[in-house]
Amino acid sequence: MWLIKLAWKNLWRNKTRTLITMAAVFFAVILSVIASSLKEGVFENLVKNVVSFYSGYIQVHKTGYWDEQILDNSMEKSTAVEQKLMRQKNVKGIAARLESFALASSANITKGCLVSGIEPQNENQITSLQQKIIKGQYITDNDNAVLLAQGLAERLQLNINDTIILIAQGFHGSTAAGKYPVKGIVKFGSPDLNDRTLFMPLAAAQDFFSAYGMISTYVLSLTNPDLTEKTASAIQSTTGTDYEVMTWGQMMPDVKQHIEADSNNMKYVQGVLYMLICFGIFGTILMMMVERRFEMGMLVAVGMKKGKLMFLLLFESVLTVFTGCISGIIASIPLVFLLNRYPFRMGGETAKAYERFGFEAIFPTSTDASNFIQQGLVVLVMGLVLSLYPMYRVWRLNAVAAMKR
Amino acid sequence: MGNTVIDAHNVNKVYNPDTIPVYAINNVHLHIEEGEFTALVGPSGSGKTTLLNLIGGLDKPDQGNIVINGVDITQLSPGELIEFRLKNIGFVFQSFNLIPVLTAKENAEFIMLLQGAKKATRNERIGQLFKEIEMEDKLNSRPAQLSGGQQQRVAVARALASKPKFVLADEPTANLDSKSASNLLDIMARLNKEEKITFLFSTHDQRVIERAKRVITLVDGKITSDTAMVDTNILHAEIK
Ligand SMILES: Nc1ncnc2c1ncn2[C@@H]1O[C@H](COP(=O)(O)OP(=O)(O)OP(=O)(O)O)[C@@H](O)[C@H]1O
Ligand SMILES: [Mg+2]
Repeated sequence: MWLIKLAWKNLWRNKTRTLITMAAVFFAVILSVIASSLKEGVFENLVKNVVSFYSGYIQVHKTGYWDEQILDNSMEKSTAVEQKLMRQKNVKGIAARLESFALASSANITKGCLVSGIEPQNENQITSLQQKIIKGQYITDNDNAVLLAQGLAERLQLNINDTIILIAQGFHGSTAAGKYPVKGIVKFGSPDLNDRTLFMPLAAAQDFFSAYGMISTYVLSLTNPDLTEKTASAIQSTTGTDYEVMTWGQMMPDVKQHIEADSNNMKYVQGVLYMLICFGIFGTILMMMVERRFEMGMLVAVGMKKGKLMFLLLFESVLTVFTGCISGIIASIPLVFLLNRYPFRMGGETAKAYERFGFEAIFPTSTDASNFIQQGLVVLVMGLVLSLYPMYRVWRLNAVAAMKR
Repeated sequence: MGNTVIDAHNVNKVYNPDTIPVYAINNVHLHIEEGEFTALVGPSGSGKTTLLNLIGGLDKPDQGNIVINGVDITQLSPGELIEFRLKNIGFVFQSFNLIPVLTAKENAEFIMLLQGAKKATRNERIGQLFKEIEMEDKLNSRPAQLSGGQQQRVAVARALASKPKFVLADEPTANLDSKSASNLLDIMARLNKEEKITFLFSTHDQRVIERAKRVITLVDGKITSDTAMVDTNILHAEIK
């Protein structure tokens, strides 16, 4: 107990030094928490942007559909399956789609397009399709009308209330043909989607393709995107092998790689940061050792066991580093939330590139608690590892040599 | 009386044996009994500090045995030596004896704390010692608030607090003015007499030498003279 009291007093013997160490740790924690939550946040934001274009975080198909995306690989829309999906805690919403290809014609132009039969309300929950409308109106369940992506509309030279003619191969080789009014035009950031997508209500699509009661895809949105993989495998185990459950990363591996590479750049920033932190803390430790060398020699000379002296120093370091860490974490919480609320906004060319893809050019921080705890721990461990050095020096201490002036 | 406290036999210490050897302690025999008050004198570089370090178990001789209270300390491991010092030897160094963040009282009871003495025991002993060193009013002062002489007195109190077998003091008065030096010697002499604590101290100071009951002179690592001073107390003790 008296040893702990002595440690406490030692902390205040050189207030400046202790405060410098604490401040080094304090700012270290703040900076690395922000760096880390920025890294996470950028990643999450990019993923959110990408999946809310069209794919969702997870899709469920009939096994084999993803490799061969044809109507004959579609499945029956089933309330039982939907209930199974909704029972997963992390699943926020589901939307069914019937997707296939068709030729779309206006008066004298024909283009290939992707026909996506959707449940308008559910779809809107997941991909915010309604918000992408730039002209006309959103479709409802019983409409027999279509939404055209803006690029496709341009190519076909169609406007709202014009008529589009669709021809396709229907379910089990039947021929599909239909005439639909254009009810609205939607704009996508992704050129791929913008140039070739057409939406109609699910019932209309099933009718068009003669695929009554069939769908090709369930699209899922999640409450916690961090658990995408876990949720996917949980779903897979309840639905069995008749269905394939795929995450966005499995469906778009190249995109995933790209996003990961982007957010990994932050790791270098963090590495440099950690190094600076180590130098800062180590500097003050060296100062302390020089200042107290004689005294430590004296203490060992009069009979203080080295183990006790090491404990004293360790306790001092733990107190210093811990205080710095805790206050750093506490101080970083409002900062991170602030940067989440009012994120860094990019300007210039990068911003334009982002916006062209329909992304907002912002860097919000992730407010995930794991960032605070993880980074706090990293700095704590670094501090403690560094404070092993004085203990090593004590272990090697020669009282006579230490007391030589 | 007559208990041997220190028995050093054929002690040698050589620095830099491989380059230019310095025979800091050369074939020294030393015998000190309980209750002695001995000064170790000699010119600078004669080996006083080295000898005290060897006797105090802070350093190991290259040859010879040092038996303290019946234990040959040259046979102890470094860890055992620390323990041995804590239990048997009080140290007073030339300066910076005290822990700056502790009060005079806390410094004085430090050894007792290391030994795990009870609070009541500590308080009683420290109270008594501070009376002896005439610093009852400075119990709660920090070292920085004390004069050099007062700091050395606290160091003496700390060395004595746990009633060690003997106290080693390497030039305890070197940084003191003559009045403080003589005052410190008064206190040491009184404690030697009252508590029968054995003192072995090195010094340059003629006035300090005059207070010793026995003076051992060291030159180039060798004992050149060993004189009992005319002191009635000692004479009586020796006759008995
Ligand atoms: N660590 C060391 N390495 C090499 N030589 C040393 C070492 N310590 C002491 N010496 C040498 O040993 C001899 C005795 O030194 P010591 O310090 O014991 O002398 P001293 O009598 O205490 O001197 P002073 O009165 O100046 O304190 C000196 O010649 C000194 O240079
Ligand atoms: Mg000396």
